[in-house]
Amino acid sequence: MRIALVGQPNCGKSTLFNHVAGYRAMTANFPGTTVEYTETQTSIQGHDCTCMDLPGTYSLVSGDRAEMETRRHLLSGEVDLIINVMDASLLGRSLELTLQILELEIPTVVCLNMIDEAQRKGIQIDVRKLSDLLGIPVVPTVASMGKGLQELFRQALLAWKKNGRGKTQKFSKDIEEVIGRMTSLLEADCQVREKVPTRFLALKMLERDPYFLREIEGGKSLHSQLRLLQERLEEAHGVPAEEVISSERHALSMNLFEKAARIIHPPKTDWRILVDSWVTHRFFGYLILGLVFYGFFNFIFVAGGAIEEPLLQFFGHLSEGLKEALGAASLLFFLTQGFLQGIAGGVAIVLPYLVPFLIGLSLLEDVGYLPRVAFLMDVFMHQIGLHGKSIIPFILGYGCSVPAVMATRILEFPQHRFIVAILATLIPCAARITIIFALAAFLLGPNAALFIFALNLVVVAISGKILSLFYPDASPGLILEIPSYQVPPLGNTLKKSWYRIREFIVIAWPILIGGSVLLSLLEFGGVEGSINWVLSPLTDLLGLPQSVGTTLIFGLLRKELSLIMLTQALGTTEVLTVMTRTQVMVFTVFVTFYIPCLATIAALWREIGKKGALWAVLFTLAVATGLALLTRLFMEIFV
Amino acid sequence: MTSLDRVEENGRARVVDIQGGWGIRGRLGQMGIHPGDLLTVRRCGALRGPILIEVHGFQVALGRGIARRILVEGVK
Repeated sequence: MRIALVGQPNCGKSTLFNHVAGYRAMTANFPGTTVEYTETQTSIQGHDCTCMDLPGTYSLVSGDRAEMETRRHLLSGEVDLIINVMDASLLGRSLELTLQILELEIPTVVCLNMIDEAQRKGIQIDVRKLSDLLGIPVVPTVASMGKGLQELFRQALLAWKKNGRGKTQKFSKDIEEVIGRMTSLLEADCQVREKVPTRFLALKMLERDPYFLREIEGGKSLHSQLRLLQERLEEAHGVPAEEVISSERHALSMNLFEKAARIIHPPKTDWRILVDSWVTHRFFGYLILGLVFYGFFNFIFVAGGAIEEPLLQFFGHLSEGLKEALGAASLLFFLTQGFLQGIAGGVAIVLPYLVPFLIGLSLLEDVGYLPRVAFLMDVFMHQIGLHGKSIIPFILGYGCSVPAVMATRILEFPQHRFIVAILATLIPCAARITIIFALAAFLLGPNAALFIFALNLVVVAISGKILSLFYPDASPGLILEIPSYQVPPLGNTLKKSWYRIREFIVIAWPILIGGSVLLSLLEFGGVEGSINWVLSPLTDLLGLPQSVGTTLIFGLLRKELSLIMLTQALGTTEVLTVMTRTQVMVFTVFVTFYIPCLATIAALWREIGKKGALWAVLFTLAVATGLALLTRLFMEIFV
Repeated sequence: MTSLDRVEENGRARVVDIQGGWGIRGRLGQMGIHPGDLLTVRRCGALRGPILIEVHGFQVALGRGIARRILVEGVK
């Protein structure tokens, strides 16, 4: 049995999914966190089933790429059961999607999630009444606390066994006539291949959905008959056909809402509205934004530095001891030294900064601050020719470039996705932030790190401006839901941070250790020298020691490698004894901007094509070289 | 009648018409903004930034370009 979780953005599908699957899908208080589907195998009362978490969608009409992905799955004929997750505090709007889901004629169960939030807003929902009206089971839940989920899956299993499809809600009489007419036309026509119920298809065609209209492109007579039917609706209602249908759906939902729910007391002016009036304020909003990020920065710097220093000393002593015990020229020493540097890099350099950064990011996400950032930054994004929604991939980029590139799916236009995907790779990811902290901030002081972050924003802005000259903005502007603040369930925030940290420990760290040992062996065999020789034009140009050449190659695998290989290549964790302050700064700037890591290149390839990925590689290499040169000049003249 | 971007902070307005194509009207409709709906403008961003409105009990941020295309009448 295949179960699909379907619902509007930010209603808690992924939170629900994680309860079934363990923490596997990224969640945040942010509409559009999920852009591709995740699935898991599970068992409900002994029945094996596959549970799919699909991107949130406001409607089943054509929209952005993430929404199309959801619809494609629903229309594929492979889904046996739909769990329609909705935010109970937004019942009226959520029902508009439910009405369209019912037209798919797939067994469905409604998960009335965040029922506690609805009660707080003073909305009382008669669950049994709603279930009767829709003809399908309705189960109230609080997914973030796991409440009601057992009952939900029990009902889901029952609905699947009974093949319970629910009541298709009827539109007004004149509209139903037109739908009926269109349905019989489609049934008589044999060229329609979609395996979806004809009523659904008829509605989508009347709504002028370009995806379904393609189905009947060839059929002249069907096309003209459709046109006649649309005109009939337009004449009777005085608005375009798609609006007749959507208004009707809106009215039906409101009607259902009024029958099944009551607003018992008007929502009190709670603290959240008060907070929002400051956070979105035209002056204080930006002040708060600055303070939040400044505090965040300091938190990472202080926490990370306090742990890095003693650990580095410890590993430094250990390495000295090894040298004496094994002899500086022996193969065994090179092997253990490489291994130790790999371990030390993870424990002493990466984790001290990565852990506080990821916990802080998870908190900001779960509270719901990020959509406010999008609101505040929209005006600046417009200045560089981008759309306010583009801020989402950028913010995600501070975590990891791969989800950032994938998040460009929430943008409607391909030229937009191209620009934002390339710019998002310029944003320093957690690994590069670690490098900035561990090298620039730790060795040169916090101002050096702040300078790099500021430089980064300026470069992104200028690049955006230049790229958007070639690909002008065609979209009308920002339309973004701003969800309510949530007190984050601490367990969830910690689990999410752990999920991201584990990614480093399980995938990156072994590569780091392996890479470190490999570099050590290359050094032992003298091969390292030839790689450094090949790269010497670049390192000479930037005024860096030739021995850092190999670290730049390793950095293409994982960005953290550049940092850890650096201590390995230089043969010491006391970097300042062998590199000047200028060299440290130039190296950090270059590593912050140069070619994205392999995983990101693969993501770019998928999202914006081979050419786009190649473009990104060349572009970032050029930007990094240019900036590193400028930094060198600047440092040599002024510092 | 005026456009939504001219409504002041904390002003209430009823949507009269949305000037735009299939995409915009559809998107706004999904966000619960249709002709006839009642909106409250919560915030107007600085430097002609986006506006923040409340509709049917939730908040939506709209760029000025979009807000200009939503024709409304003031409600006391």
